[in-house]
Amino acid sequence: MYPSRFKYESPKTIEAAVALLDAGKGDAKILAGGQSLVPMLKLRFAFPDQIVDINNIPGLDYHRFDADGSLHIGALCRHEDLEHSAEIAQRQPTIAAAAPLVADPIVRTRGTFVGSVCHADPQGDWAATMIALGGHLVVQGPKGKRTIDMKDFVLGPYANALNYNEIAIEAVIPAPKGVARGGYLKLERRVGDFATASVAVALDMDGNRVLRAGIALAGVGGKTIDANEEASALVGHDLTESIIDTVAAAVAAKAEPRTDHRGSSDYKRQIVKTFVKRILVAQIAEKVA
Amino acid sequence: MSSLFEEIATPPADNIPVRRITVNVNGTDRTLDVEPRLLLADLLRQGLDLTGTHKGCDTTNCGACTVLVAGRPVKSCTMLAVQADGREVQTVEGLATPSELHPIQEGFKQEHGLQCGFCTPGMMLSAKALLERNPNPTEDEIRWALSGNLCRCTGYQNIVKAVLWAAEKMRAESN
Ligand SMILES: Cc1cc2nc3c(=O)[nH]c(=O)nc-3n(C[C@H](O)[C@H](O)[C@H](O)COP(=O)(O)OP(=O)(O)OC[C@H]3O[C@@H](n4cnc5c(N)ncnc54)[C@H](O)[C@@H]3O)c2cc1C
Ligand code: FES
Ligand code: FES
Repeated sequence: MYPSRFKYESPKTIEAAVALLDAGKGDAKILAGGQSLVPMLKLRFAFPDQIVDINNIPGLDYHRFDADGSLHIGALCRHEDLEHSAEIAQRQPTIAAAAPLVADPIVRTRGTFVGSVCHADPQGDWAATMIALGGHLVVQGPKGKRTIDMKDFVLGPYANALNYNEIAIEAVIPAPKGVARGGYLKLERRVGDFATASVAVALDMDGNRVLRAGIALAGVGGKTIDANEEASALVGHDLTESIIDTVAAAVAAKAEPRTDHRGSSDYKRQIVKTFVKRILVAQIAEKVA
Repeated sequence: MSSLFEEIATPPADNIPVRRITVNVNGTDRTLDVEPRLLLADLLRQGLDLTGTHKGCDTTNCGACTVLVAGRPVKSCTMLAVQADGREVQTVEGLATPSELHPIQEGFKQEHGLQCGFCTPGMMLSAKALLERNPNPTEDEIRWALSGNLCRCTGYQNIVKAVLWAAEKMRAESN
């Protein structure tokens, strides 16, 4: 299998990459980690006229916490960079829990966080994580930069809110109000399989009190499921088993799973409920070491 | 039928420029003209006759085509050859010296870490990347690091033993 013919450029600056996208008028595609795009090119699901490889643009492979506590993830930060990051392990539990569960170790050496968010696969782990965390993307086009809130970014399966001439240059996760807590659980049939169901939970907490709560789901709907509204029932309350039960049931009701080879829709809904509960119960203050 | 490499390398469509790339493969610079859509796996196998890199699935699932690019394992069926321009690529052919097997190869031999051998080149390169970062891995860490490489024959048990064997030998050698 090999892709259909395309022109290839590997610009050295974001501006040059944007110019190529602009000139492509919708027939040009960014190549980041290539772990979704290259398979799609080989299957001829995608047949762009122009590939714009951003891997040779210096300075995009970072992830860092700014002084204000916000987390910034550059367009060439690979899944494995997050998986092996001591800072992420210490300060951002939802991303730390999800990173080792994305794809397999070889795919993680190439695939990027931002590329995965842009790919907007309904089963993708990072779009769900970003929604739960209330993050946004910084994107650059011919007229300069703008930001897009994650809640407005995923439009449908494989569809995002970028214009054809825009590049997502970084993902930003706002500073937590208190302490960042949360987790990520995923049911997969084997390593490297996409999620049967997965749940991202992100909390800002002060002791046992919830200051902000976000929950999003992957694999259980035609697109990433935003359950932040259901999660917000936790805000202002102490985490207790009873409120957790109520929220887990509401989130499970928000899922739109379909019966397929990975399981029945009832089964997947049950998994969502169980995972929400498991993650939240583990955050109850006295259970956190 | 002409090989994929020939078909792609000559002659290109009118408006598709061929790219000249230089890739360091197993320590030697190789300069070639390639069409951008040529995959790294096909460059190695058909362009350079390095058929030790196997293609199992061609859909990014099996890891048989794993090579090291700048020291990290990559599925070569899922990277464009042009992307390797200016980078170092190591394939299974680069493991042994003319006189000696690499300790990882020796480990696979000693512990019977292969049956048909189809997955073995990819397994060994993933193992090499692991041992470079973690010279003393636990059994669990080995299983985790090799979880992107599928094997239809062995049941993995002896592959894990082979990597443990190699790790021990490499630690002894570096002391
Ligand atoms: C075997 C296998 C298993 C996988 N399992 C999982 C899994 O369990 N969970 C999961 O979440 N993912 C999984 N993936 C997908 C993987 O995470 C990809 O790395 C990810 O979806 C895409 O990131 P990328 O950097 O590889 O992007 P690419 O493949 O390079 O690009 C993907 C798309 O996003 C666009 N794009 C990329 N970067 C940008 C940017 N900066 N600005 C604008 N557009 C951009 C591209 O044009 C393209 O349309 C798997 C992939 C494989 C091959
Ligand atoms: S042939 Fe490349 S992953 Fe299977
Ligand atoms: S030895 Fe046959 S596939 Fe692994």
